[in-house]
Amino acid sequence: MAIDHRQHRLEDIRAGLSVLIYPLQYMVDLPVSASSWVGENLSSRETLLEENARLRLQHTLFKAQLQKLLSLKMENARLRELLKSSRKVSERVLIGELLAVDLEPFTRQIVVNKGSRDQVFLGQPVVDADGAFGQVVHLGPFSSTVMLITDANHAIPVQVNRNGLRAIALGTGAPDSLSIPYLPMSADIVEGDLLTTSGLGGRFPPGYPVARVTKVDKDPTQPYATILAQPTAQLEQAREILLVWPKDDRAQRDAPDTTGETSTAGTP
Amino acid sequence: MSVVVQHRGGGIILLSFVAALLLQMLALPEWAEALRPDWIALVLIYWCIALPERVGVGVGWIAGLVLDVANGALLGQNALALAIVAYLALRLHQRIRLFPIWQQSVSVLLLVLLHLMLTLWIRGSVYQSVVTWAYWLPAVSSTLLWPAVFLALRGLRRGYRIG
Repeated sequence: MAIDHRQHRLEDIRAGLSVLIYPLQYMVDLPVSASSWVGENLSSRETLLEENARLRLQHTLFKAQLQKLLSLKMENARLRELLKSSRKVSERVLIGELLAVDLEPFTRQIVVNKGSRDQVFLGQPVVDADGAFGQVVHLGPFSSTVMLITDANHAIPVQVNRNGLRAIALGTGAPDSLSIPYLPMSADIVEGDLLTTSGLGGRFPPGYPVARVTKVDKDPTQPYATILAQPTAQLEQAREILLVWPKDDRAQRDAPDTTGETSTAGTP
Repeated sequence: MSVVVQHRGGGIILLSFVAALLLQMLALPEWAEALRPDWIALVLIYWCIALPERVGVGVGWIAGLVLDVANGALLGQNALALAIVAYLALRLHQRIRLFPIWQQSVSVLLLVLLHLMLTLWIRGSVYQSVVTWAYWLPAVSSTLLWPAVFLALRGLRRGYRIG
């Protein structure tokens, strides 16, 4: 039975059973969300004002950055057009909320309140406001299980943002570190380098930040450098996450963009 | 007549398993998470000892399967382990019933350790798993909680005259 699971044949049974489990998970989550709701409603006027001011400041800052981003995006699109490249920058996203449910110990997985009813699919990339978060591993109609990038069974193709050096970031099972194996001693990677998704695996769209290198140990007695990195996403604190639908070039090509013409042709 | 008597209280048994599942999924702070007792195994062992003719390997297997889905574990990992635990509890139920409660706790320690070890083996053969000594802590907390679980479930069973 365990072997069969490796070929994902039992995913339907799991999805069916997860419907039964979902009300229980919802019940378990209820006290936590209720307490945070009460906390929000009972917080004092002062803290609200303070938070409001802080958020307004942040908003202005982001808006200023967004203006720049918009012009850069236009310029980027124009340049890409010149190069006849079809890579798209933006993807469709959906906000999901975490359920406060504990899963198996010693795994890094979470439950999200979005499922196949919301067009979530297996292997879907998940990000939060600060970077890559994980991917969907089990799917039910109302909820899905997301494996974090720090799980010991997770690997994500990355590249160094500074010079485009490609590597793979493996989860270690610890909440705040990824390991980057199989990089030679001579590899140009230093502490503080930002790793972003390279998009090579086909799962994660390229360009999302993943982790920041915290330790580079080039021990001459070892065949490869030992490199550790800290995820940029708030893996242990996030309450809301974003489910991403990567733009599929093929789907775009198949999308009928001449529907307007055909429908008008039919009418007299 | 006897058939009717035999099938009383199925709802209560189911309810106790649901409660155990809720406790198993309840979000706890980081330090308490490692100490979380193996609720499902405790409830399963109690019913196997108290009502061996009604709760057994099949119930253990189904409870394990539901736990697998709730936990996001490999489908069948807890099912297999709990079925084996239920089998042993069934084989030994006449002896365990007669033990004083501390001696029962020791048997429970062994059974929960078996559950943990079986899941560890299955996980280890399929996944990369990172396991520290804290993995075995649930066995200790389950042992310490056994008297409370035993008395509570016995009270429930006698109150509703199940069996």
